[in-house]
Amino acid sequence: MMTTMIAVRVSPARIGAVIGRNVGVMRSGPQYWLVLLSGFCEPLLYLLSIGVGVGALVGDLSVDGRTLPYAAFVAPAMLAVSAMNGALAETTINFFFKMKYQKTFDAVLATPVGPMEIALGELGWAMIRGSVYTAAFLVVMTAFGLVAPLWALAAFPATMLVGLAFGAAGMAVSTLIRGWPDFDMMNVTQFALFLFSGTFTPVQDYPAAIQVVVQVTPLYHAVGLVRDLCLGTPGWGSLGHAAYLAVLTAAGLAFAASRLRRKLLV
Amino acid sequence: MATTAAGATAGNGGDAPMAGEPGERGISRRSSVAVLERHLVLHRRLWRASAASSFLMPLMIVAGFGLGVGGYIGQVQGVDYLAWIVPGVLASTAFQVAVGETTWPVFGDFKWVRAYHAMRATPVRVADIVAGGLLFVLLRVVSSVLIVCAVTAAFGALRSPWALLTPLVCGLVGLAAAAPTTAFAATVSHDSYFVLLFRFGVVPAMLFGGVFFPVEQLPAVARPVAYVSPLWHGVELQRAATLGAAPHWPVAVHVAYLLAVTAAGTFLALRAFRRRLQD
Repeated sequence: MMTTMIAVRVSPARIGAVIGRNVGVMRSGPQYWLVLLSGFCEPLLYLLSIGVGVGALVGDLSVDGRTLPYAAFVAPAMLAVSAMNGALAETTINFFFKMKYQKTFDAVLATPVGPMEIALGELGWAMIRGSVYTAAFLVVMTAFGLVAPLWALAAFPATMLVGLAFGAAGMAVSTLIRGWPDFDMMNVTQFALFLFSGTFTPVQDYPAAIQVVVQVTPLYHAVGLVRDLCLGTPGWGSLGHAAYLAVLTAAGLAFAASRLRRKLLV
Repeated sequence: MATTAAGATAGNGGDAPMAGEPGERGISRRSSVAVLERHLVLHRRLWRASAASSFLMPLMIVAGFGLGVGGYIGQVQGVDYLAWIVPGVLASTAFQVAVGETTWPVFGDFKWVRAYHAMRATPVRVADIVAGGLLFVLLRVVSSVLIVCAVTAAFGALRSPWALLTPLVCGLVGLAAAAPTTAFAATVSHDSYFVLLFRFGVVPAMLFGGVFFPVEQLPAVARPVAYVSPLWHGVELQRAATLGAAPHWPVAVHVAYLLAVTAAGTFLALRAFRRRLQD
């Protein structure tokens, strides 16, 4: 009874304290700003290599009756992937390390901070970090002429939703991970999502059975939502994508907090 | 420590090892194999996890790009995009596995596991440690590449009998990547440097090293960056082997470059190991 009461209280100040701890830790490592910066470079490099390099081989692509340069097709997908990777980097390996080896959360729970506040604080931090990457990426896309400035502004909150959804899902998965080898499977899954979620080729061109499988997975909806906004073609489908991501966020958070409560408070 | 110092001042560099009197220099086949064995024993417990990344990921790249994106591309340099990309993926698998095995694992054996310190407490010498590690990488690279090779052969992507040289080419790429990376891992003080190595070295090498599109497509200023990376030389050799066409530069130049990088990397690794194992 006591535990549930403690767990239900959520205070912004205590969530802020969890975030502040992460900021302090990051700044204590060497070259922290280079490490931060590098997180932004990776999707940019993919955009240059695949969007521009392979794009020169592909030429224009026709999607839903519209003809697009390949880079314009790939760039929004790289933006969604950047939001996903930014959030997952924090909420999987880092989160697991803090939970299992560093016993950070055990220590935090010895203070007035509760499990839901830990989950929200970790997610908030992942969001801050991820949003810095996606904002910078949107600036680059605008400079390359791959998105109109106003649509870039509209796409930014969408990338935040993508980050929230993957951050929450990543945290939920982290509470189930048994050891480092499990992360290898997670990496493979993440890479499969990255390759086959309509990122590099339109999903409509896959065989029907595979299309169904892809449409169940989260990155497909993230790419769909972000691409609709970047290309300036939002519709009812975009709302469906957003709803999927919102549900994933709520489910991931609830699951992660309840697992944390079970793992740490017993 | 006293024996080590005595061995070094006596200048018995290159001599055959004497039991119980480990010198600072020189290499022994038995000790190197013992180091290799230690890596293999550890790997026996972990291979299932690494198996996924070492051949599932390259096969997904082949499927996603070769079959998927290839459908919109058609032919590159006179061959289907699928057949064109496979040799690139094979070489980059070798490159990635080699770098993966020589970053965190090497650093960890210095800092967390302290396995190298333990080895130095036995007749194993520094050169044996480095040689055993490189031999292990060679085995890891060749075994991963052979699996990818077998599957891609089923796609009809191997078009020439020269494809039989695949293990040799990939082994060479693996060594040229592993030796300098080992030296780097033995030098750094914190593992966050590896994140930088991957983001600014390994990932760009893979993306711009001729794996996904010809290097000639890069702007002239950027091309030398690809030429410096051992991966590009490996991709060129591997593409020549699987497609049976001559590479852009003479084969001997590519091979010589890869050997030179391996030699320089090994030299630096030996030096870094000696320094770090002094305490």
